[in-house]
Amino acid sequence: MVNLIAKTPCHGLLPITIGTVTLSEVATGPITSVSPFTGQEKSVSDALKANHGTAFPAPNRTTSKNTARLIWSGRGQALMLGVIPDVKGAALTDQSDAWTHVEIAGTGVADVLARVTPVDTRAMKRGHSARTLVQHVSVVLIRTGNDRFEIMAMRSMAKTLVHDLERAMTGLAARG
Amino acid sequence: MRLTCPLCGDRDRREFYYQGEAVMLERPAPDAGAEAWDAYLHLRDNAAGETQDLWFHEAGCGSWLKVTRNTVTHEVIQTELVAK
Repeated sequence: MVNLIAKTPCHGLLPITIGTVTLSEVATGPITSVSPFTGQEKSVSDALKANHGTAFPAPNRTTSKNTARLIWSGRGQALMLGVIPDVKGAALTDQSDAWTHVEIAGTGVADVLARVTPVDTRAMKRGHSARTLVQHVSVVLIRTGNDRFEIMAMRSMAKTLVHDLERAMTGLAARG
Repeated sequence: MRLTCPLCGDRDRREFYYQGEAVMLERPAPDAGAEAWDAYLHLRDNAAGETQDLWFHEAGCGSWLKVTRNTVTHEVIQTELVAK
């Protein structure tokens, strides 16, 4: 059997460090979208909590336990990262190869993001998420630490996402 | 301009797509007649003052919003989800 070489969405693009900020790619494991059917929101959340320790997140929030992460990604939808959800009563779609997932971290990361996204990232707390834009790219933005954010975008937008963030990082570093 | 999405909170206008007047929610019955359908499809008031229109949170949660705003003062009075 032919052994194909799997390439990540940001293959050959990352990691990069400019000034104090580093942009790198994150290996998330499987990604599955979870959309509970009408009226089954609570039973799906309870099952997710029982089977994986992660309840269905409220809007703009995430839940996590061990390697399982559940990230709110729109009205009635969340993305499960790390493990494949074992749950009934919800539409599940494998999106493992559909996303590019990067981490941007370092002193001044909020100033970099302020150049590319309309959301005030300073008002987000750890574990908060937002569906928003990075320039023209639709993304999921997650705060994972004090100077640490993760960004998910469509895989086809990987190069554009890296380009936009790299330009913002370069611009901020140039100010010294 | 900023709109408060009931799910996402206070967001920038860039995240939204403007559809038009909220009369699109009141679809006439199939047999309502040519006049009602003509009005539904083509006739708009273009009011100066309080209006209701539909906005799509395109780069956010993907919800349709019904927004009540004042076109004279630019005040956004209310935002609500179209979906119940």
